[in-house]
Amino acid sequence: MKWLLTILFVFTLEQVIAHTIVVGRNRHISTLRQGITAAKDGDTVLLNKGTYKEGNIIINKAIHLVGIGAPVLDGDNKHEILTLTGKNIVIKGIHFANAGYSSMNDYAALKIIEATNILIEHNVFTNAYFAIHIANSTGSIVRNNIIKGPDRSEHLSGNGIHLWKCENMTIENNSVQGHRDGIYFEFVTASIIKKNISEGNIRYGLHFMFSHNDTYRDNIFRNNGAGVAVMYTKNVRMENNVFDKNWGPSAYGILLKDISNSFIKNNQFIQNTVAIQMEGSSRIDIGNNLFKANGWALKVQASCDGNIFHHNNFFGNCFDVATNGTKTLNKFSSNFWDKYDGYDINKDGIGDVPYHPVSMYAMVVEQNPATLVLMRSFMVSLLDKAEKAIPCLTPENLIDNKPVIKPNK
Amino acid sequence: MLKLSRYVLYDILRSKVIIVYTLFLLTVSFSLFQLEENNSKAILSLLNIVLIIVPLISMIFTTIHYYNSYEFIELVVSQPLSRSRILLSEYSGVALSLLSAFFMGVGIPVLLFSFSETGLALLFTGAALTLIFTSLAFLAAVSARDKARGIGVALLLWFYFALIYDGLVLMILFSFSEYPMEKFTLLLSALNPIDLGRIFIMLRMDVSALMGYTGALYKDFFGSGTGTLYTTGIMLIWIVLPLLLALRIFKKKDL
Repeated sequence: MKWLLTILFVFTLEQVIAHTIVVGRNRHISTLRQGITAAKDGDTVLLNKGTYKEGNIIINKAIHLVGIGAPVLDGDNKHEILTLTGKNIVIKGIHFANAGYSSMNDYAALKIIEATNILIEHNVFTNAYFAIHIANSTGSIVRNNIIKGPDRSEHLSGNGIHLWKCENMTIENNSVQGHRDGIYFEFVTASIIKKNISEGNIRYGLHFMFSHNDTYRDNIFRNNGAGVAVMYTKNVRMENNVFDKNWGPSAYGILLKDISNSFIKNNQFIQNTVAIQMEGSSRIDIGNNLFKANGWALKVQASCDGNIFHHNNFFGNCFDVATNGTKTLNKFSSNFWDKYDGYDINKDGIGDVPYHPVSMYAMVVEQNPATLVLMRSFMVSLLDKAEKAIPCLTPENLIDNKPVIKPNK
Repeated sequence: MLKLSRYVLYDILRSKVIIVYTLFLLTVSFSLFQLEENNSKAILSLLNIVLIIVPLISMIFTTIHYYNSYEFIELVVSQPLSRSRILLSEYSGVALSLLSAFFMGVGIPVLLFSFSETGLALLFTGAALTLIFTSLAFLAAVSARDKARGIGVALLLWFYFALIYDGLVLMILFSFSEYPMEKFTLLLSALNPIDLGRIFIMLRMDVSALMGYTGALYKDFFGSGTGTLYTTGIMLIWIVLPLLLALRIFKKKDL
């Protein structure tokens, strides 16, 4: 028994006494590869300032790799820099530069495969194909990283933060720009994405598919080539995000395709070509959002049903709502529309006349985009007025029965 | 010729219509800029004034003025002066007074409240439309001897350019919706100065909506330097061509 206890004690001691290995130019250990090889589970590897070009390094034990003075790991434009697998690994304060590009493999500056409890923080990624690529992992945190892509064309660049088949992940306070997709999720569930800034990416600021039960909060998606596109997902919460200046022939503030049972609340949509485009989406609660100076605030295709739009504020959009069918299965209530010209006799703050957010011209443009050339013409305003008096083309059930007189808070 | 224009100007100023027009524009512009919290919205409302009211007033005012000074023109024709000089000085007198009314009424508020690319485009369009519709009104007035008929033709022309033409465009676009019509609409826009002016201003305003699908093409074309040149060129043709036609008719006309 004593013997067994001793062994157990020694074993724990071995675990508890973590060593610190210092890697640096003029140190005993001068390459990161040696440092990693020497390290055991629970050790910390301190990487001193300098540039390290060591090809691909694999970490498969529970160590902390901490950079001092932002050491540079350079992939020489041909290697994947760091590959992580296992659990309890921390990567902190390192500058990953020039990761390789391949049309065969998804090379990443930092690739994490089949790992648990990983912490990636305060790193800088420049000129990478994929910056952070995480596959088949759980319970990890990626935070406070700065990612700057190479701004190459769409097929030559990868995603900033790319997650595939993960669970319980936290993506927080990162800034991504110049990649293909800023943040890309596929089969990522029960995760939290907050306070990130994704701007100036070539395709989407945020792009996810089959990623259920995720929460997106306080993020900013700005000036991305095609805005934000999310697909085939249920139970998503999107709150307090900003979708800003996503301009272009096929750019959307957010494109919802087959999204269901979700919440989109307190977001700001400013100056997008289309703020929200919805296709085949059901039972989404879209409330308390601000739509300002967009081309189209909402494009709700006839394939959407059971969605509720309430307490939103619409200011200065060219078109408030557009749709492509006459059947209406969605509900509008208590929104503020700046184009509303009804009255409120009993002063309860709710307009006494229902508001038709779909204008005749919005229907016309939906059918024949070339007619955009007639926008703001006398003819069009006459048509709109006539249609308002006697609706025949616009869906008559698509109305807000309780338009509020003053903007919602 | 200058002397004659001066007489025309004095005559116009005496009638006070132009002063009322100036005051009207000034009041409307100022109140729009005061009422709307954001200047681009005021510009939007002003756009309607510029596209509808300015051509209408220019046309009516010019035709009425022409018929009212018919006797004066008859008198001047008996003097040793060429007919084209007489008509051109009439034109410059009327156009100058309308232009100054526009610049005082709309130009000053716009420069004060919204000195931007959009504002300048609005002023340019307004000025060009004033000149164009004065030209067209001269053509209408010169070709009809009867006053009622002349004013009727002028009104019809205005109605055509302001409303009917857009209806026709809408019809054409729907009839040929199977075909790529984007380039063709560019051509169509050149056939109506009001449309041309509207598109020219709009592309500086509703950029976000227009960036979609079709809009990108318009934006590329009208937003570029070539687009500005094209607009200016077409506008110039619209000023010069009716005036030349009017001159031809006036020269051969039995007064």
